[in-house]
Amino acid sequence: MPQVLRHTGWMVVRQARNLMREPIWIAVMIIQPLIWLLLYGQLFSRVPTLRGGASSYVEFLTPGIVCMNAFFGGTWSGMAMINDLDRHVVDRFLAAPASRLAIVLSQVVRAGITAVLQAIILLLVGLALGVRVHGGALGWLVVLAASALLAMVFSGFSNGIALLLRRAASMIATANFVGLPLMFLSSILLSTALMPGWISSIARFNPVNWGVHAARNAVVTGGDWGTSAEFLLFLVVATAVTSAFATWTFRSYQRSI
Amino acid sequence: MDAIVAENLTKRYKTVQALDGVSFSVRDGEVFALLGPNGAGKSTTVRVLTTLTRPDSGRAFVGGEDVVAHPNRVRHTIGYVAQDSGVDWEATGRENMLLQGRIHGMAGAPLKKRVEELLELIGLTDAADRIARGYSGGMKRRLDVAIGLVHKPRVLFLDEPTTGLDPEARAAMWVEVERLTRQESLTILLTTHYLEEADRLAERVAIVSRGKIVVEGTPEALKAGLRGESVSVELRETDGRLQEAVQVVEQVDGAGEVHLEGQVVRARVPNGAQAIPSILLALEGRGFPVVAVTTARPSLDDVYLHYTGRDFTAEDTEHTPAAQGWGH
Repeated sequence: MPQVLRHTGWMVVRQARNLMREPIWIAVMIIQPLIWLLLYGQLFSRVPTLRGGASSYVEFLTPGIVCMNAFFGGTWSGMAMINDLDRHVVDRFLAAPASRLAIVLSQVVRAGITAVLQAIILLLVGLALGVRVHGGALGWLVVLAASALLAMVFSGFSNGIALLLRRAASMIATANFVGLPLMFLSSILLSTALMPGWISSIARFNPVNWGVHAARNAVVTGGDWGTSAEFLLFLVVATAVTSAFATWTFRSYQRSI
Repeated sequence: MDAIVAENLTKRYKTVQALDGVSFSVRDGEVFALLGPNGAGKSTTVRVLTTLTRPDSGRAFVGGEDVVAHPNRVRHTIGYVAQDSGVDWEATGRENMLLQGRIHGMAGAPLKKRVEELLELIGLTDAADRIARGYSGGMKRRLDVAIGLVHKPRVLFLDEPTTGLDPEARAAMWVEVERLTRQESLTILLTTHYLEEADRLAERVAIVSRGKIVVEGTPEALKAGLRGESVSVELRETDGRLQEAVQVVEQVDGAGEVHLEGQVVRARVPNGAQAIPSILLALEGRGFPVVAVTTARPSLDDVYLHYTGRDFTAEDTEHTPAAQGWGH
């Protein structure tokens, strides 16, 4: 196995293990998306126009919340990098023959894995609330792929920013600045058809929306796989772009030492 | 070739010339100390030698490999204990060491055995499976050293290994380092701003000041190079006439490097017993009330003052407003 994959694997294990030791983190990771799902699901359940063809608003909302959760998780994942920088763990790896790429990629992969686990929990709770994944097994795969990719796109971005700014306060400000606007410029909560024209035009370029479209097709429509595939492909490209950005900022960090 | 060779290293950070032509070499199996106040360029030197930083100019070899041309080969041969602990706080001591070993290409039973051996050596066996967050400062520091040693490096870099430790933990650390040098047959490059640390641990010392090495040698040779003894005369209230006292002492035959430290006038003389009466006579003749007189063999403080023309303590605090005092 190439060195970069081996090292990425070990570093993902390290980060995952560290997170598993934070009971509060696990609780928040599981409960928060459920709160979104139940709260928004109830809040908008009486507005039939919102659900855009789905048999219930919860069914419409579930893939949206899966994506929202994935991209929020990704946006915040740079905090782990800040922590490793602050604790000088990154410098220790740099003075050892650790794969440079793995130091960055492991954060991105870990964000993707976390998002997939959360997506599975959300989908199971959705099923209990009467949601049907119309796309069947393939539908599940598309939803999980969309959540993994969204988390990775934004994790690449977040880690890039973390390596550029290297301060927790700046990182938090950036995550907030990026997170909420992108959420409201997407069809997470309501279908694109109901958006004002200018918002729906912007939303077309919003990676969050690519994920939501792919996932919602898989759950609500259970077809139109070509479109889903296209959006997933966009997300793959976006992941490559933001990971490249993070790798580039990592080089700039190395030069600054 | 020597274990470490640095040739004319320079490095500039924006407005600061951190290294201004640093050259030295460390022989195989030797403990070598870079001694100097904060901001002198010790850590930058170490960062160049551990491949973290590229020098602007100059060359350096560690374990025979060029740090710029073949950084990854260098990384395989060195252990690096940074000034700031690199311990992963959420992992246990053992997990920290295992991951570092894997990064160095170790695996399976040999890695496990090596980790056990080091935990034993560094006295962390009982704490090995506890999360490092709960370790004391001294324990974290010892874990740092153990992490740096997992892959049996030829050369170990210890950047300020005892800064921030309380005196007890510092003394314990010194014992560890001494034991390691005996058991692991290592070449060690140590940086410190504690004179007594360099004196105690290092076979050879290089004094670093403002990005340059001003002198190097064994602590004994450096001290012996300063012939004579130092005399300290403490004065009572002088109504701002301290500078005059300095001038008075300078007039005394044989007295050199006269300077002030608070209320104390210090000078170097060829022979303390002969010089003290004349110094006292001169001072009292001009009405300076003397509280106490002491004489001492030269210390590394004196060596530092002699070669840099600056007082070590003053220069150290100049760079770190919150610097802790170092004891004599």
